[in-house]
Amino acid sequence: MTTQLLTYIFVGATFALYIGIALWSRARSTNDFYVAGKDVHPVANGMATAADWMSAASFLSMAGLIAFLGKDGSVYLMGWTGGYVLLALLLAPYLRKFGKFTVPDFIGERYYSKTARKLAVVCLIFISFTYIAGQMRGVGIVFSRFLEVDINTGVIVGMAIVFFYAVLGGMKGITYTQVAQYCVLIFAYLVPAIFISILMTGEVIPQIGFGSTLVDSQVYLLDKLDQVTNDLGFIAYTENAKSNIDIFCITAALMFGTAGLPHVIVRFFTVPSVGAARQSAGYALIFIALLYTTAPAVSAFARMNLIDSIQDQPYSSSPSWFKNWEEIGLIAWMDKNADGKIQYSSGNALENVKPIYQELRGPKGQRLLENEPNLSNENEIYIDRDIIVLANPEIAQLPGWVIALVAAGGLAAALSTAAGLLLVISSSVSHDLLKKTYMPQITEKQELKYARIAAAVAIAIAGIFGIYPPAFVAQVVAFAFGLAAATFFPALFLGIFYKRLNKEGAITGMLGGLLFTASYIIYFKFINPDINNSDYWFLGISPEGIGCIGMILNFALALSISIFTKPPPKDVFNMVDEIRQP
Amino acid sequence: MKDKTQKYWKANLKIVFSLLVIWFIASFGFGIIFSDTLDQIRLGGFKLGFWFAQQGSIYIFVIIIFLYVWLMKRLDKKLSEEEEI
Repeated sequence: MTTQLLTYIFVGATFALYIGIALWSRARSTNDFYVAGKDVHPVANGMATAADWMSAASFLSMAGLIAFLGKDGSVYLMGWTGGYVLLALLLAPYLRKFGKFTVPDFIGERYYSKTARKLAVVCLIFISFTYIAGQMRGVGIVFSRFLEVDINTGVIVGMAIVFFYAVLGGMKGITYTQVAQYCVLIFAYLVPAIFISILMTGEVIPQIGFGSTLVDSQVYLLDKLDQVTNDLGFIAYTENAKSNIDIFCITAALMFGTAGLPHVIVRFFTVPSVGAARQSAGYALIFIALLYTTAPAVSAFARMNLIDSIQDQPYSSSPSWFKNWEEIGLIAWMDKNADGKIQYSSGNALENVKPIYQELRGPKGQRLLENEPNLSNENEIYIDRDIIVLANPEIAQLPGWVIALVAAGGLAAALSTAAGLLLVISSSVSHDLLKKTYMPQITEKQELKYARIAAAVAIAIAGIFGIYPPAFVAQVVAFAFGLAAATFFPALFLGIFYKRLNKEGAITGMLGGLLFTASYIIYFKFINPDINNSDYWFLGISPEGIGCIGMILNFALALSISIFTKPPPKDVFNMVDEIRQP
Repeated sequence: MKDKTQKYWKANLKIVFSLLVIWFIASFGFGIIFSDTLDQIRLGGFKLGFWFAQQGSIYIFVIIIFLYVWLMKRLDKKLSEEEEI
């Protein structure tokens, strides 16, 4: 059977499974739709949280990013897991005790203010849509490479599936599909990692193979990788290129951002008790750690394999994956020294970094480029980092069914996250904006109808993002985490741990954090990208890490304004006392 | 009654604070600030600082959450036993 046929079978089978689950778990009330009836088992919720959390970025892009960043890539590993400790210890149990439906719900009631609620809804919608745009790109890449269909068709198929189970099943449908999606994606991630680990180091467990010697050699994989990367003019794989303060701030922004992401927090509203919420955070992190401790091993294997299989190879005999990805437009080769061989080293091969292809072919059959060569270095290839996980099984020459499995896993990761995000968007519109603010007279049945309509509209908008991806998708990811850290985390944390915080403090804090972080990122990413380097950054902190400073600003504003304005009413004190009890 | 809930909250804060200290040392401490120093020590094929940054910190995070679950369960049990008396 061909790889493509296998991919159709795997993807088709998993899609059928998701639809089956959706039919079985239809939502009948707003309680079902928003929080899955609050009776999800902690282990199931842990899996659903893991699938919700691990997006196309975690599955497809992260290992590739780390493969090229080396030790600097640790910010993603620590940042995206360490946030769960904050979530479990500081937020999840208390928010579960509060026992309502959405994150703006808590902000609105704790700070006795419709303004605070609306501000929270705006932040939530902005953060969630930023995130969805990335998922749709993931769906598009997988479809176009493995099923050889048009990217737009791929996006529409993906949307149709999500539409089906999100609109029909709400949180209940999404939860149980996410459990299935977790199983698919983790299996799809581990199988190739184990194969490659055995091939390269003889160790079955990638986390151990990562620190072992190469097959038929006394040299450790990482030492060899350090030496090879050094020889090619890169910084050694296990050393940092970024400054410590920047690494510190990026890690902190990602951690606090993770803890403040509404689609993750809301998952803890679905379990039956406070104790279950605590446990569930632990299970979620175990399920996430399975992928996150495997990813850096995959990165190291991939970087090594990549260098081995293309460095100084004649283009005419280069492996087929190299040419396949070149056809898709994610790899490019420019023969600067006209020797017909591929040279890979540090620096951007091309002026303007991204390749612009011509219709013509070069003497060896390569796609010719419009770009001028960048003559300051000898590097001849452009590789899009997003392809590493997808190309890895091919680079390591694994059998076709493994490649098909990875395609199905990538789709599971993208769809599960998209569905979780769509749900928090739709529930914040139907519950927080309509029911709690503008249309308090609607019945539960009408609210449920509006929730479904909002979900359908959100899916349509997400689909448009997928078909016409905004050019700045990759650049705004920093936004989602930075903003969550600078807005939601302090408001939620202080709401629980500091009774005296009043609405004036909370609103100024959120606004201050939002404006500061957003303007810093917009300034360096869009207005003045030419000076986006450490000479111009505030204290040497990159836009990716600035959310950490935005968060400190939020805390400072909230606390100082609160002291000079009148304390919150008595029933807010009682409410905080109430959520502090298990 | 008021007294008991205050005691519970204080005990809770103590647990959370101690665990967050471990959290900070494992990630920001070993994985970032002292990472280069720890790199002098080797753990098989890993430099220790690199291992903490890409593997060790994550294992410790998982342990922290389960420690928290266990400690809080014990505390909750103590509270409900005291209430019965």
